[in-house]
Amino acid sequence: MYSKIMVPVDLAHAGRLDKALQTAADLANHYNAEAVYVGVTATTPSTVAHTPQEFKAKLNSFAADEAGKHGHKASGHMIIANDPTIDVDNALMRAVGEIGADLVVMASHVPNLADYVWPSNGGQVASHSKASVFIVRAG
Amino acid sequence: MTDQTAGPEIPTPEGDVALIETDYKIGQDNVEGSVGPFGFDVHNPVFLVSGLAVVAFVIYALALPEQANAVFGWLRPFLTSTFDWFFLGAANIFVIFCLLLIISPWGSVRLGGKEATPDYSYIGWFSMLFAAGMGIGLMFFGVLEPVYHMAISQPLGVPSPIAADGTIIQENVEAARAMGLAATAYHWALHPWAIYAVVALALALFTFNKGLPLTIRSAFYPIFGDRVWGWTGHIIDILAVFATLFGLATSLGFGAQQANAGLEYIYGVPNNVTVQVILIAAITGVALISVLRGLDGGVKVLSEINMGIAALLLLFVLLAGPTVTILSDFVSGIGTYATELLALSNPVGREDTGYSQGWTAFYWAWWISWSPFVGMFIARVSRGRTVREFLICVLLIPSLVCVLWMAVFGGVAIDQVLSDPVASAVKANVIDSYSPELSLFAMLEGLPLAAITSTIGIILVIVFFVTSSDSGSLVIDTISAGGKVNAPVPQRIFWCTFEGAVAIVLLVGGGLGALQAMVISTGLLFTIVLLLMCFAIFRGLVHERKEAK
Repeated sequence: MYSKIMVPVDLAHAGRLDKALQTAADLANHYNAEAVYVGVTATTPSTVAHTPQEFKAKLNSFAADEAGKHGHKASGHMIIANDPTIDVDNALMRAVGEIGADLVVMASHVPNLADYVWPSNGGQVASHSKASVFIVRAG
Repeated sequence: MTDQTAGPEIPTPEGDVALIETDYKIGQDNVEGSVGPFGFDVHNPVFLVSGLAVVAFVIYALALPEQANAVFGWLRPFLTSTFDWFFLGAANIFVIFCLLLIISPWGSVRLGGKEATPDYSYIGWFSMLFAAGMGIGLMFFGVLEPVYHMAISQPLGVPSPIAADGTIIQENVEAARAMGLAATAYHWALHPWAIYAVVALALALFTFNKGLPLTIRSAFYPIFGDRVWGWTGHIIDILAVFATLFGLATSLGFGAQQANAGLEYIYGVPNNVTVQVILIAAITGVALISVLRGLDGGVKVLSEINMGIAALLLLFVLLAGPTVTILSDFVSGIGTYATELLALSNPVGREDTGYSQGWTAFYWAWWISWSPFVGMFIARVSRGRTVREFLICVLLIPSLVCVLWMAVFGGVAIDQVLSDPVASAVKANVIDSYSPELSLFAMLEGLPLAAITSTIGIILVIVFFVTSSDSGSLVIDTISAGGKVNAPVPQRIFWCTFEGAVAIVLLVGGGLGALQAMVISTGLLFTIVLLLMCFAIFRGLVHERKEAK
């Protein structure tokens, strides 16, 4: 039913993603689909990497680790955003098209007051993306 | 494992860069958390100390206004008149340093690695360069300065063509006219842009090629080593946040007063604090929308729109004014600039202190105190250019545009003053009485369609404030987040609002002048910082080339 599952990941906070990563891997194994781990970065050095090149390498090795752990097909896909705080929603939406993903599995926090002002990334992607979106609540 | 095909927004692989090996991890000193539903991610001492210091100085200026005015009102002219040689000499060093780098082999180093591609097109890039740091000055000083230097400040002792009784002294006209433009060009061409270029190049190099965080302290790594991650660096960053926030807030306060004066002059809108507070709130509101739309969707778009309108206004004034005279003034102004540059920039033994201390040293201190903000913003949008391309584009092209702008706006105004001194509104507002905020509108009054062009002028003034305010908020947010550009949204909302709030408090309570004088005084400290940066850039480029080989 699904052949490419896009999994947005924040490498700086990968520890918070366990539930979403497990869900994505289970679905990938179940449908024999490829999981594409998408990371958004600016070109400036960040907590994760000093250069986009290094970021890409880390993302790829993150995907390889996941594949090793869960036994599914996996790859990494880096997206550059000049202003990631704001551009991350658009970047993820673009990535859906670039990858040709038919399912997005992403972690999202439990909605709170702030979501009325600026909706969560997961909410934005679910509202605007053509692919199916599986929002995994933290906790 | 497969690697996905890169989309158009993904630059080609960056090529090798000579990263600096350091144990410092970006964000290691940051505190992450949330206040209610609002997340934050800030650099611990920098955010707290700079925020508290701003509040403390505001309280000081409000509680003891007379003392604050006396101290800072004395400090600024004291510094610019005592250290004029230092400001002028240092600015010359920055220009020479940049020009030497252009022709040196290090000019071929590419910011972001050998194969990096530029993040922005030339138009987007240039628009942002101007809109962040200079747009507002062009509006304010475009008419004022050429007329003032032609008639009053007498740079290099060139006598005024206007006698005390208001008659024109014909034999002085030609030289004074050319000197008016040349002396203005000196303040708006190579030197200020070299100041910005040094800061921007240092930050771009140490961020994109060396992998250090996008914050001012990174440029000092070659000098202080790992100590820049401690208090040495904290102090540098705190000073930068402090100077940027106060620089923006006090300019915003004065800008609101100027816009209000313009609105009164043209439409009879009452000139009072209430209107000015509304203007600040409106400017801050639009800036807020801009930062919430992000660098590409907000700041860049607004900068491009603004540059488009400014270009149209420039074209209109050029065509509606005496076009041939303006163009010949432009050429003779550049000629005089070229021949007199050495004399104008001579740091010692000057007799024209009204000009060299009152204007030049003041300007240099001002540009330098703004340089952490503008430089950091330029750095952020300049990845993918070579050092040579970067310097040519940041130094030479904006210089030409500024000189053209001054020649057109100042040229028309000078022509109005000299051809019909009695009827000239510019003469009335700049020479006879000093109302600098009205000079632009006074000049436009002498041209057709004044009602329309003045309105466009006011809109441009206001939008240039927005483009300074939004880019400034991004810069402050990044520095106070330890160089992270992906800090949570509420943080940039905080800084943008805080800046507007400080401006309103100072406007209502008094203290704008005192604190602006204080910010300009930080220029002395930053001049030393910039000189060290030149050395750091040199070390960084040598390291880069060596590693590349």
